[in-house]
Amino acid sequence: MNVSVFLTYLFVMAFTTYLVRALPFTLFRRKITSKRVKAFFDLIPYTVLSAMTFPAILYATGSLPTACAGLVVALILSFFERSLLTVALGACFATLAATGILMLIQR
Amino acid sequence: MADPEKTNHNASVPAAANGGTFHEGLKDGLPIGLGYLSVSFSFGILAVASGLSWWQACLVSLTNITSAGQVAGVGIMASSGGLIEMMVSQIVINLRYSLMAISLSQKTDKSMSTLKRALLSYGLTDEIFGVAVSKKHDVGSKYFFGLTVLPVIGWVLGTLLGSILGGIFPVFLTNALAVGIYGMFISIVIPKAKHSRMIMVCALIACAISCLLFYVPWLKAHISSGFAIIIAAVIAALVGVFCFPHDDEGGREAEA
Repeated sequence: MNVSVFLTYLFVMAFTTYLVRALPFTLFRRKITSKRVKAFFDLIPYTVLSAMTFPAILYATGSLPTACAGLVVALILSFFERSLLTVALGACFATLAATGILMLIQR
Repeated sequence: MADPEKTNHNASVPAAANGGTFHEGLKDGLPIGLGYLSVSFSFGILAVASGLSWWQACLVSLTNITSAGQVAGVGIMASSGGLIEMMVSQIVINLRYSLMAISLSQKTDKSMSTLKRALLSYGLTDEIFGVAVSKKHDVGSKYFFGLTVLPVIGWVLGTLLGSILGGIFPVFLTNALAVGIYGMFISIVIPKAKHSRMIMVCALIACAISCLLFYVPWLKAHISSGFAIIIAAVIAALVGVFCFPHDDEGGREAEA
């Protein structure tokens, strides 16, 4: 890609993304006192992550059974409160294992 | 009455009493960094496939630090889209960071000056936010800085490796690595949902709405994936706000 065209896109993209993060973080300083508003902001991270995971995870590998293997292992490991890394790697290995099993069956 | 926090370091809470240390942040950021390494590997492959060179792909990762926004942005670059389109797509897809920034600002301590906020907000991602808000103590600038270092390195390094080595790796391996990021999301939500019925119900509602927006053809055709996340997350959180009693710290409205 042409360098000056790329740099224009990059600047617009990065600057917009930065402002989306920085403006609320620097300007919004006071503690929220309303219990309802506070509850809303306490819940947002979990609802955002849930919405991002579902149903996207089912299509992450291009194959439903292997993605489900990763999903189930991630659910089990995180239910037992394993670390972030353990859950992420566990899901990857489960997906890999499921892919291997599928390859054997379909041979 | 000047500064109570400076005088209570011998109280029951150990070392990281106030906002946490740089070292503690670094430690908490390690798993995120390793997770990012695999996820950004996929991004590197995608960016090169979209016509970017390896250094352009790395520059995009270094300046944005966001998965969904970057994927959309590179797509717009590849299709020679307009700059307004680029701007709007980044605002919509990344709007969740605004919500997270406000949410996190409720947990920051006094060490977060305006300048530090302006600098540190660069590294605010889903996972960094997820780890920061789940800490028992407040979030100080040193801790937050430590938390962002390894994820940023992992994100850029993964992009570099992906853009250079991507063609060499077999497809099934990169596919398996792609599940990692969702595994990280799950590992943040499930332990919290286990202990709070409200979080569990809201998380399930968010999943349900997200599925609805994805599987109903008319909705999918009219609502972009970035917007779908915002709609699902906001509605689910509002249900939690209005359908559950809110007692703070076992306070007055303890009916549930």
